[in-house]
Amino acid sequence: MLRLHINDHEVTVAPGATVLEAAQSVGVRIPTLCHVKGIEPYGACRLCTVEITDSGRTSLQASCCCPARDGMVVRTDTPAVVKGRKVLLQLLLARCSQVPQIRALAAQWGVKSTPFSPKNDGCVLCGLCTRACAGVMGVEAIAFSGRGTSRRVGTPFRAASDVCVACGACTYVCPTGHIQMEAQTAARLRKNVAAEKKCRYMLMGMVSSKLCPNNYNCRSCTFDQTMEFRFGTHPSLAMGAMRPGAPVLTRSNGKDDQ
Amino acid sequence: MDTTNLITSIDALEALKRQGLSRLSPDTPKITVGMATCGRATGAQAVFDALQAEIDNTPSSVTLTTTGCIGFCQVEPIVEVYRPGKPRVLFQNVTPESVRAIHAELLSGALPHAGVFCTLDGIPGTEVHRLAGTPHIDELPFYRKQKKIVLNRCGRIDPDSLAEYIALGGYFTLQKVLASMEPGDVIAEIEKSGLRGRGGAGFPTGRKWRLARGASGDVKYLICNADEGDPGAYMDRSLLEGDPFSLLEGMTMGAFAVGARQGFIYVRDEYPLAIDNLQTAISQAREHGLLGENIMGTGHTFDIRLIRGGGAFVCGEETALIASIEGRPGEPRQRPPFPVEKGLWGKPTVINNVETWCNAPWILAQGADAFVKLGTESSRGTKIFSLVGKINNTGLIEVPMGIKLREIVYDIGNGIPEGKKFKAIQTGGPSGGCITEELLDLPVDYDSLKQAGAIMGSGGMIVMDEDTCMVDVARYFVDFLKDESCGKCSPCREGIDRALEILERICQGAGAEGDIETLESIGEMMKNFSLCALGTTASNPVLSTIRYFRDEYEAHVRDHRCPAKTCRSLIRYRVIAQKCIGCMVCAKSCPQQAISGEKKQPHRIDQALCSKCGICFEVCKQNAIGKE
Repeated sequence: MLRLHINDHEVTVAPGATVLEAAQSVGVRIPTLCHVKGIEPYGACRLCTVEITDSGRTSLQASCCCPARDGMVVRTDTPAVVKGRKVLLQLLLARCSQVPQIRALAAQWGVKSTPFSPKNDGCVLCGLCTRACAGVMGVEAIAFSGRGTSRRVGTPFRAASDVCVACGACTYVCPTGHIQMEAQTAARLRKNVAAEKKCRYMLMGMVSSKLCPNNYNCRSCTFDQTMEFRFGTHPSLAMGAMRPGAPVLTRSNGKDDQ
Repeated sequence: MDTTNLITSIDALEALKRQGLSRLSPDTPKITVGMATCGRATGAQAVFDALQAEIDNTPSSVTLTTTGCIGFCQVEPIVEVYRPGKPRVLFQNVTPESVRAIHAELLSGALPHAGVFCTLDGIPGTEVHRLAGTPHIDELPFYRKQKKIVLNRCGRIDPDSLAEYIALGGYFTLQKVLASMEPGDVIAEIEKSGLRGRGGAGFPTGRKWRLARGASGDVKYLICNADEGDPGAYMDRSLLEGDPFSLLEGMTMGAFAVGARQGFIYVRDEYPLAIDNLQTAISQAREHGLLGENIMGTGHTFDIRLIRGGGAFVCGEETALIASIEGRPGEPRQRPPFPVEKGLWGKPTVINNVETWCNAPWILAQGADAFVKLGTESSRGTKIFSLVGKINNTGLIEVPMGIKLREIVYDIGNGIPEGKKFKAIQTGGPSGGCITEELLDLPVDYDSLKQAGAIMGSGGMIVMDEDTCMVDVARYFVDFLKDESCGKCSPCREGIDRALEILERICQGAGAEGDIETLESIGEMMKNFSLCALGTTASNPVLSTIRYFRDEYEAHVRDHRCPAKTCRSLIRYRVIAQKCIGCMVCAKSCPQQAISGEKKQPHRIDQALCSKCGICFEVCKQNAIGKE
């Protein structure tokens, strides 16, 4: 077991845990947008940056990606952290000025307004949707395109996807509710995939690969319902949790598919 | 497999060395054209073609060869003339006409003096000559303070000739290393030399190699980072174009030390000549058993693959570069784990910059002690810089670490053109910062530059004079990064976006009180919160210009005035009636037809039409156009 100091707490965690997990285990709050348990850490939003002193060296690091080490001293409230976090929240608030979740998060950390001219983007580019799609579902229907300030999430060449199975994992993990499933699109996708595509359980090898008797409408699938009941989360993410050693997903602010 | 060319013994190396020496110093006259990108940009190809036609069309005993960049890019195209038993001389600013004249006189036995600017040493093994009245290359102010160890062969040998590389000492060191040293000895020697990474961050190379050697796993990789993307920087390009074998030799030594069997050179596709020369070098090295299996008959295996980058600046960041080789989008990932633990395809990987690899053969040949004698306590050896901008002697220079910036600007660079005043020197490209007049006595080493708010970087040095607006400089670099940041992490992406918005506003005279402070707080946040080195250093150009030129920012914001008279929205062109002779040149040149007036009468500029392009200011011979 590893022992580390986080603010005024002494924390003991198992090897492999991140600093963010260690902090959460003792109730030290650290804001984060791009991190969900069960999905590979990515370090994109940087809101979880904290000050870490390890082997005599002090630096600012994203706690979601930083493995806990024995003897680490972590502070989440130093002037550099607090000031940087505030500026970063102001920037994100300006980007997503109309998104209630971002406004609420910023307000939680004391940022009620921003000096920057407001834009109205719904997406914070946290990459949870693309990681859920690729890493959990193994589909890669959506990904990032563009570089720098023109980065965006979408399907290849912005054309209708022929690999999307309308599983809804992306809508579930999206922290701003920017990705929504359209009932019609979902129905069309499920119709399209019926001939040659696999549902999420077929993809994960949980059920044998054959045509779906429910016409790929996951809500009427008993297996799907069992999974959701069993794990208390979106079924596709529960699949991620089925991997050995993966923690159970507990996010509950997402929206389900139709 | 054809084994006739394989080099498996010292004798074979010696034979090739003799062949190389006779190519370098043949029994007949030889003309060598500097054909690196810098030479080609000023017309070296036309010079070469003219000379080729001349040699083809006249009975001539002259051999024609090419070489890489000799450093003094300001006077390109440069041509070297060799006559057996006579001093080698360099001609500057050669044209097709002048090269024909040189050739004709060479055939007549004389040597034309017009255009000769210095003499060179003979190639080792032949006599050294001096020519009365012509300085030796080391006596020229541009070269006097330089110390060429990495660039030693660059501009002297034909980059396509393995024999010439060997003639100047190449591959003898590798033979020594493979045949008589242990990997641990090689690492110890590099550690002892104190060599630090030349890509910018300055991590100790020996320690990196030791970490990779100690990392678990059988498969290890080497990577050469040749994705040089800083505006105005061309150190790596010149090395690759002029001396590609030294990179291959350095990497092979590294492979032996670390225990790697496969290496990669990641070179940007915008360097077609470097890629060509590297490909030629790699295939020659394979043909001679200097790459591949059983190198030089010692049983060691190492091969190199060339990967061409797709043009993303961020791929110069090591984790993004590795992702790009793996076929994934070039985006950095969080370190640790560092590449020495988990790099390419998850295997321990040593990734070094071109110049770092090219230092290894010299250190192992001359010994760490010789290397330690160069440079300062914390920064050993030499550093290559590309000296560009508002400077008289533009060029590629290699100087000992610890040299003062003033010596680079005024002695090597020969000061600022047109008698203008020096304002700042920008080092390290978009990750670096600006250094002012007061700090010109700063020694050039990793730590001093960092302390001054700049960085060593990979070696770009841009000199700026009094006509340069520092707010505009900051805006330029942030604008560059807007498209070159990968956009993955929000501090860098959003920070650059908003910093650019504010800088553009300030340059347009629409800056508001508090803008400078906002820029500072964005910059500090980016430094502390960004994911990779691109983001953490992206604010350096902004923060360093604010640090040293705050008054200039304030003049823009408070007085809506650009002290350097650069920002178009804040300046006005005006005809000075007393000086104007009514020659109408400005009126004819004005693309907006904003200038009117009778012949021989003072003209007027219609401010509503003027686009402030500055053409009238440039063309007026009477200095009758004022800028305010």
